[in-house]
Amino acid sequence: MSILGNRVLRREDPKFLTVGGTYVGDIPIEGALHASFVRSSLAHGRIESVDLEEAVAAPGVVAVYTAADLGLAPLAPMGLLNQEMKRPLLAEGVVRYVGEPIALILAESPAAAVDAAEAVIVDYEPLEAVVDPSQALEGGVLLFPEAGTNVVFDLSSEEDPELFSGCEVVVSQRIVNQRLAPCPLEVRSAAAEMVEGRLRFYASTQGAHGVKDELCSALGLPPEQVHVISPDVGGGFGAKGGPYVEELLIGWCARETGRPVRWTESRSESMLGLGHGRAQIQQVTIGGTRSGRIEAYRLSILQDSGGYADVGAVLPFLTRQMTPGVYDIERVEFHSRSVLTNTMPTVAYRGAGRPEATAAIERAVDCFAAAAGLDPAEVRRANFIPKASFPHTTAMGTEYDSGDYEKAFDLALEMAGYDELRAEQERRRQRGDRCQLGIGLSSYVEITAPVSGGEFGAVEVRPDGKVIVRTGTSPHGQGHATAWSMIVAEQMGVPLEQIEVIHGDTDIVPRGGGTGGSRSLQLGGSAVHKAAVDVVERARRLAADELEANPDDIVLDRSLGLFHVAGTPAITKSWAELGAASLEREGEPLAAETDFEHPGSTFPFGTHVAVVEIDTETGQTRLVRHIAVDDAGRIMNPLLAEGQVHGGVAQGAAQALLEEFVYDTEGNPLTTNLADYSFISAAELPSFETAFTETPTSRNPLGSKGIGESGTIGSTPAVHNAVVDALAHLGVRHVDMPATPERVWRAIREAKGAA
Amino acid sequence: MIPAPFEYARPSSLEEAIGLLAERGEEAKLLAGGHSLLPLMKLRLATPALLVDIGRLEELCYVRDEGDVVAVGALTTHDTASRHELLRQKIPVFSAVAGQIGDPQVRHRGTVGGSVAHGDAASDLPAVLLALGGSVVAVGPDGRREIPADQFHLGFLETALAEDEVLLELRLPVPAHPAYGFEKLTKRAQDWAIVGAVAVRREEGAGLGLINMASVPLRAAAVEEALAAGAPPAEAAERADEGTEPAGDLNASPEFRRHLARVLTRRALEKAFA
Repeated sequence: MSILGNRVLRREDPKFLTVGGTYVGDIPIEGALHASFVRSSLAHGRIESVDLEEAVAAPGVVAVYTAADLGLAPLAPMGLLNQEMKRPLLAEGVVRYVGEPIALILAESPAAAVDAAEAVIVDYEPLEAVVDPSQALEGGVLLFPEAGTNVVFDLSSEEDPELFSGCEVVVSQRIVNQRLAPCPLEVRSAAAEMVEGRLRFYASTQGAHGVKDELCSALGLPPEQVHVISPDVGGGFGAKGGPYVEELLIGWCARETGRPVRWTESRSESMLGLGHGRAQIQQVTIGGTRSGRIEAYRLSILQDSGGYADVGAVLPFLTRQMTPGVYDIERVEFHSRSVLTNTMPTVAYRGAGRPEATAAIERAVDCFAAAAGLDPAEVRRANFIPKASFPHTTAMGTEYDSGDYEKAFDLALEMAGYDELRAEQERRRQRGDRCQLGIGLSSYVEITAPVSGGEFGAVEVRPDGKVIVRTGTSPHGQGHATAWSMIVAEQMGVPLEQIEVIHGDTDIVPRGGGTGGSRSLQLGGSAVHKAAVDVVERARRLAADELEANPDDIVLDRSLGLFHVAGTPAITKSWAELGAASLEREGEPLAAETDFEHPGSTFPFGTHVAVVEIDTETGQTRLVRHIAVDDAGRIMNPLLAEGQVHGGVAQGAAQALLEEFVYDTEGNPLTTNLADYSFISAAELPSFETAFTETPTSRNPLGSKGIGESGTIGSTPAVHNAVVDALAHLGVRHVDMPATPERVWRAIREAKGAA
Repeated sequence: MIPAPFEYARPSSLEEAIGLLAERGEEAKLLAGGHSLLPLMKLRLATPALLVDIGRLEELCYVRDEGDVVAVGALTTHDTASRHELLRQKIPVFSAVAGQIGDPQVRHRGTVGGSVAHGDAASDLPAVLLALGGSVVAVGPDGRREIPADQFHLGFLETALAEDEVLLELRLPVPAHPAYGFEKLTKRAQDWAIVGAVAVRREEGAGLGLINMASVPLRAAAVEEALAAGAPPAEAAERADEGTEPAGDLNASPEFRRHLARVLTRRALEKAFA
């Protein structure tokens, strides 16, 4: 019986639940200096002077640096982006958002470092700040005057004036996909020390190798001089995808001073320093027949990139690929412009460009259904890409690998008891209940492992029978140690306890793409799978030599983990024996390394149904049920997959109902702690009802797609649609996210006023 | 963040604590549960030179039956108050509200005296104290004095406590009728109320306390008057925002707060008179 597909308990958990993890901040480093940063308190301004005198003289302070001291070239934006918009590691002449680092202090204790930072006086000449992306597009205030524009990435073209011609029903809606703060429980943290002439760098990251590459590039170091280690990482959600300027500077400081240096930010600092997500203003137009057939769809986006050209600027590229979602729409148009504003730079956040696409099309479909007077479920069913047409190339040119959208949809509606929910909704409407029911649907498809590039995997059998797995992925909560062990155990027939999974050390793992974009299982898992297959093959040949038989006659009894000649099960060779034999006979360990590349991204999908109750007097919304049916191909371990869905749904529901990072018109951040920024808690959520359908992909040997971001992608529009649905009979057509009590109350009042 | 440097003292008696306050004046600050003060210090919004930690003064931990009044020692935690049998029987509104403050961690560390002395209009207990028509007892170098709840809150985070006074206890009159209504609207279960209303039955009418409707905790005097004059609860509740000055912030505009005050007051009254 295969171990795959079973609810194997997480091998990681006993440690986390007893002694706890070892995070960067926990690594003991003798004699380390502590860093702190002086950050801009102004959204946009010229730095007139930085008075360091008091800080330099403060007790315990070892060094104070500003941009002029660094001698480092500014960071160039990614290739696709406007190359004029380079970022200095410390602000140089101009500050472009509140929180931008201006000076760095090294001291003998964290308290001394923080006290000295308070003593630095920065004199600014204030410049007008631009916070609204629409104003940024107009270009009245430029963040980089030399660029002549705030546009950092342009994917727009001329609109087709005929796109909606012939459509009987056409609806337009402006949708704000608001700015979010990713809020991993472990904030950013870094430590660096020089060890035998090499830079050893501890990173709280989603990929040690990416950090290594960027350290080498920013500090001008050859790869062999940099060693990056990522110990346990307490969440990243995309925002720890690459190193921040602060982290690069910690590496620089260790080289500059020759002393170990460390830095762990506070939560308040994290809210001003860890990248933000989403932040798109979308305009959707959708058209079709009165009977519910969607014929044309246009999505136009203004992406807020924040103060510098970071990853967020390029995410519309992914939004574009997923524009029409699960629907077979003949005419589809996409336009986007990414603009700089005087706010925190935006980065990848759980879903990174795809949730925005789903949110747009799923709201649009509901708007269309409402305008046509049809049930939103009916409209969805009528427009799904049919099962028979996969692989399916959309009007945007994206090739979806496999899918059965109706199956997941039917199951979700059945689990929800859709018809009964509608009947209950009708009863409440008839009675005019204070508490109304809303039912929201979201059928999504997304792209996982969207960025090309393979993944490293290796398996080695030690002479004591222990199996060492090395992976280039970088788990920070996902459970790779469990899943990769299962994949290896399945191939090799060794117990899980005998397998050790190593990741996040660039001296031990030569290459790696890290963890992000839901890539790990399909690439990293497949690499480990391939390495295990190769090791079995090598072991078979070794066993043949040992047993003096033909390799073709050797079989592996996976239930026992023993090799024997077919038909003679009494004489066996164990993995330990073969591990030793390999060293003896061949002078090298019994091992295999591989780099797995897939022929293309995979496209998981599903349907979520959210049920909300809204108090129409106070505007308060309560999510009372959430049904998630997700299809990520073959499920390796339902427990891990459900964990991903649960966390994703929580974060997705939080966007619909609670979370928003807010700036005032002058660029001052207003939600800089977890009291003001409404990070969701278990008390606001129901128990989720989850299920999987399994439509395998042929793009990897496991048949699996990514599941890490589906929960977020599917849930937000379901909850959002549920809110509008609860108020539909009152005449409400749209409420922007987050659907706060006041927004809901105002929407009801305005609809009443209009009626 | 890391707080600015401060001195720390842990007096072993109330007298010693008062002595330290008298000696150091405004640069000293009392620390009890720390759930309001410490976050302010970490953000460096509060930078006391001396922290006087009274958190372990057993003499401030009590709940005493004094007939028509229950005296609650200032260091009683919200959790203790929410579970205390005497309070639950005689003044159920107090234990019910205490049991809904923040989250379990806050309720286990936070104290009823600290909450009232901090004087935050968004806190729940001051509104209960007002609705009950209770008072607080303060002790200073010159002895004890009792301050009625409606004279205690003077302005934004400002109370009638002198620099050298310690809040000793809350005095809660046993209401004429145990029925009460408590309604608060929060973003998340653990959050401060956007607006809240507490209604306590009196011989005639009810006492009404409002949460977060001005810079100080308020009594809804107009509602109390209307009820006393015989108005039905729904009609009286329409006057809930009279005399209030709600702030506008990320969670609500003043206009929405006024609306919520009327709705939540009506609901609190409906429950109290159910």
